[in-house]
Amino acid sequence: MAQLSYREAVAAGIAQEMERDPTVYLIGEDVGAAGGVFKATVGLLERFGPDRVRDTPISEQAIIGAAMGAAMTGLRPIAEIMFSDFLATCWDLVANQVAKTRYMTGGQVSIPLVIRTANGGGVRFGAQHSQSLENWAMAVPGLKVVAPSTPADVVGLLAAAVRDPDPVVFYEHKSLYAAKEEVPDGEHVDALGTARVLRQGDDLTIAALAAMVPRALDAADRLAAHGVFAEVIDVRSLIPLDTRTILGSVRKTGRLFTVEENPRVLGWGAEVASLAAEECFDSLDGPIVRITTPHVPLPAADALEDAAVPSVERIVETVVAGMG
Amino acid sequence: MTDTTIHAGAAAAEGLDRDSRLALYRLVAEIRTFEKRAYDLFLQSLVKGTSHLSLGQEAIAAGVALAMRPDDYTFCTYRGHAHTLARGAPMAAVMAELLGREGGLLAGKGGSMHLTSVEHGVMGSYAIVGAHLPIAAGAAWSAQVRGTGQVAVCFFGDGTTNIGAFHEALNLAAVWKLPVVFVCENNLYMEYTPIGAVTAVPNPAADRASAYGLEPIVVDGNDPEAVWAVARAAIARAREGGGPSLIEAKTYRHGGHSRADPGKYRPDEEVREWMTRDPLTTYRARLAAEGVEESTLSGIDADALAKVDLATAQAKDSPPPPVALVERDVWSDGSATWRN
Ligand SMILES: Cc1ncc(C[n+]2csc(CCOP(=O)(O)OP(=O)(O)O)c2C)c(N)n1
Ligand SMILES: [Mg+2]
Repeated sequence: MAQLSYREAVAAGIAQEMERDPTVYLIGEDVGAAGGVFKATVGLLERFGPDRVRDTPISEQAIIGAAMGAAMTGLRPIAEIMFSDFLATCWDLVANQVAKTRYMTGGQVSIPLVIRTANGGGVRFGAQHSQSLENWAMAVPGLKVVAPSTPADVVGLLAAAVRDPDPVVFYEHKSLYAAKEEVPDGEHVDALGTARVLRQGDDLTIAALAAMVPRALDAADRLAAHGVFAEVIDVRSLIPLDTRTILGSVRKTGRLFTVEENPRVLGWGAEVASLAAEECFDSLDGPIVRITTPHVPLPAADALEDAAVPSVERIVETVVAGMG
Repeated sequence: MTDTTIHAGAAAAEGLDRDSRLALYRLVAEIRTFEKRAYDLFLQSLVKGTSHLSLGQEAIAAGVALAMRPDDYTFCTYRGHAHTLARGAPMAAVMAELLGREGGLLAGKGGSMHLTSVEHGVMGSYAIVGAHLPIAAGAAWSAQVRGTGQVAVCFFGDGTTNIGAFHEALNLAAVWKLPVVFVCENNLYMEYTPIGAVTAVPNPAADRASAYGLEPIVVDGNDPEAVWAVARAAIARAREGGGPSLIEAKTYRHGGHSRADPGKYRPDEEVREWMTRDPLTTYRARLAAEGVEESTLSGIDADALAKVDLATAQAKDSPPPPVALVERDVWSDGSATWRN
């Protein structure tokens, strides 16, 4: 067991896969010599050389396009888009080309590609460097979507993403890069499409993603002190979505709260809520409640950003009010 | 056309033998006949949606294809019937795809704008302007690191030189010295707008080449042998590790941009003048003048017609695709499953 930070886990996951499979390549802006602007790819250039760890120009379309063309023809590239906000500059490549080419060609083309990107707020970067954009990718058929919350999940899900034969958008959370935990030694491969129950409880289900997971766990601790026992689920994978685990919990507890960092409208929790309403209606003892950032661009100042994103206090208050 | 335009003559001197010249003529004739048929079928409402024909531009797809190795890659646009056929994709399956039939190249999943035949190195037809230039660069990158000696060729229009992806792809290809040949088919129009009206330089591709450290190459795109000669040189260079090339082939479409567009925005005189440079009739006349018997040429014409007739009949015989295909092939396991 080694203590790894979330950012070290990114490099460890990539290294594990590059070591195993010579067709895995890493490209992106500053990923090589600089080790990434978030220091998530430190050491990879030294270990695997400039052929397999390549710095690119500031050309997001070229990064995704090149990765796609290479994935179609025998490589398994990992392409980094520095901030998920920048996906907007190459969204054609991601949403129209990477996602649809297998389907449109009647299955002739495989695109085993991982797009890694730093997502989410909490670092006071303002509205263009802080968005939680999992739902952009989630809305496009043909993309798998993962957002890990812990270092061990980073390694395991990154490995699963690289080995998956289909394109995966891998959202790393900026505010989690410094988080540390013990990660088992040796090869670690997780499964896409699996949520994880992190805490058992009978009164309500809290489904959370990425940086909202530790907050949901803290909130559950405080709720327990009020005599309210929450089951906390780390959703981890949005596509495929582990509805068996999530809805199974809702059937047990009778209540569902989602904690989402994204702005309100059509966040991932909206899909989860609609599935629960459609498929667990008879088990529900009260309304499904979504705890989200309001429908605003994210502000920069710490006081404003903290007020916008769901906090432990807001989760506790909302649950207490909702259960009351 | 600029003074630097490369015409044929050079090509013949470089030794394109009789069989290859006839093969080239055959490709041009087949594409011409196919595209005319596609247009007729469109007018009969058998070809649905939209389609973009290469009538008048056949020499480029044909000339480049003849210069390629079977395992090389092509990437083309929504105007891609010609490039797909030129690489040897089965004509009946291409036709069936236009008709939305089960026997289509993509079983009806893609339609006219997305023809793909990986088996023939046709790595796709892309309908968002510019998208496939970086993708072609990526295939070239993969060929480079896998050390296979394959080259990627990417076709696109004049209008495509004004979108960001063009510039991102050219720069990356040049910096990484990728084995990719970019072929701009300058048919003077981006949809309905003359390219000169929206472009800062007279030669939309060639005049940008120097920005990426590349030679400006302008070729007469209506001359299949001239196209073959420049393509051959560029492909050889790419294969030997000399990096990318950017070729601008001047041409003209005989019809409108797509579907039933009559192309009325084009001056009559311009159309008349370009019709005298029809790649099919001029190449046929040249071959005849240089000693190819009329019977040989008319034999090829008849073969092309028979091939298109057969492809049309086979395509029409093919049933509509089974509706189960709607939820097939989103993922590699063949499914469309997004939850458990
Ligand atoms: C990004 C994008 N913008 C606009 C269009 C609509 N459109 C389709 S074809 C076309 C003209 C392209 O012109 P050119 O590159 O010269 O190719 P040509 O059709 O002449 O072969 C346009 C504007 C599109 N498909 N994609
Ligand atoms: Mg054009």
